[in-house]
Amino acid sequence: MTTRATPEPYVWLLFSAGGVVAALVLPVLLVLFGVAIPLGWVPAPDHEHLLAVLRNPLTRVAMLGVCALALVHAAHRLRFTVEHALRLRRYDALIATVCYGAALAGTAAAAYLLLAAL
Amino acid sequence: MISPLEARYYRRRMPLLWWTRRRSYTFFMLRELSSVFVGLFVVELLLLIRAVAGGPSAYAEFLDLLAHPVMIAINLVALAFLLLHAVTFANLTPRAMVVRLRGRRVPPRAVLAGVYAGWLVVTVFLAWLVVVA
Repeated sequence: MTTRATPEPYVWLLFSAGGVVAALVLPVLLVLFGVAIPLGWVPAPDHEHLLAVLRNPLTRVAMLGVCALALVHAAHRLRFTVEHALRLRRYDALIATVCYGAALAGTAAAAYLLLAAL
Repeated sequence: MISPLEARYYRRRMPLLWWTRRRSYTFFMLRELSSVFVGLFVVELLLLIRAVAGGPSAYAEFLDLLAHPVMIAINLVALAFLLLHAVTFANLTPRAMVVRLRGRRVPPRAVLAGVYAGWLVVTVFLAWLVVVA
């Protein structure tokens, strides 16, 4: 019997890593920029400071990693959520392409922003 | 033997919205739906980074957009889903990971406490980095 090599285990590995990263890093950023700063509970960081933080090489690499992993996590989970919730298993190839494609596009945008535009 | 064509009539039909029938199924679906908000918030973060890269006025404009009541409402919903994701994912860790220390298994509760302690450290560090540093 031959076993076919599939990328599946690696995708699950990325899914887990992305889930951990999303759980650790994203909530505090959403509380700050989505709620606390808009409502005036916390003063908005000035532009110069945020630019300096983002231009730090460590921040660039870390943010790129966070964005890429979180996007792959979301894509992988959304693929199966759509297929299970709406019973669309038949269209797996199409749904997977759209989900991972969007994650890839988002990662490319993150790479451009963090490594070139800043 | 019945033909596959006949067999189709005997199979139980699953309703399209099967996950609305039971509370545990609905919770499962909500948990899975958190992925949508994880993806959306990454996009929001990238837009913030783009605004910062665009200069002080682009950044100020983006802060104004974030302060719009509709945006705050959307972000509050997103926050609820992100917290659902974070808590369910953290609670899974002790089951997915066996930690050994000097040949002994660390009790799952201690692993879970470690996960939450790590979350707290990351949260405090990032808040300090953004607001105070």
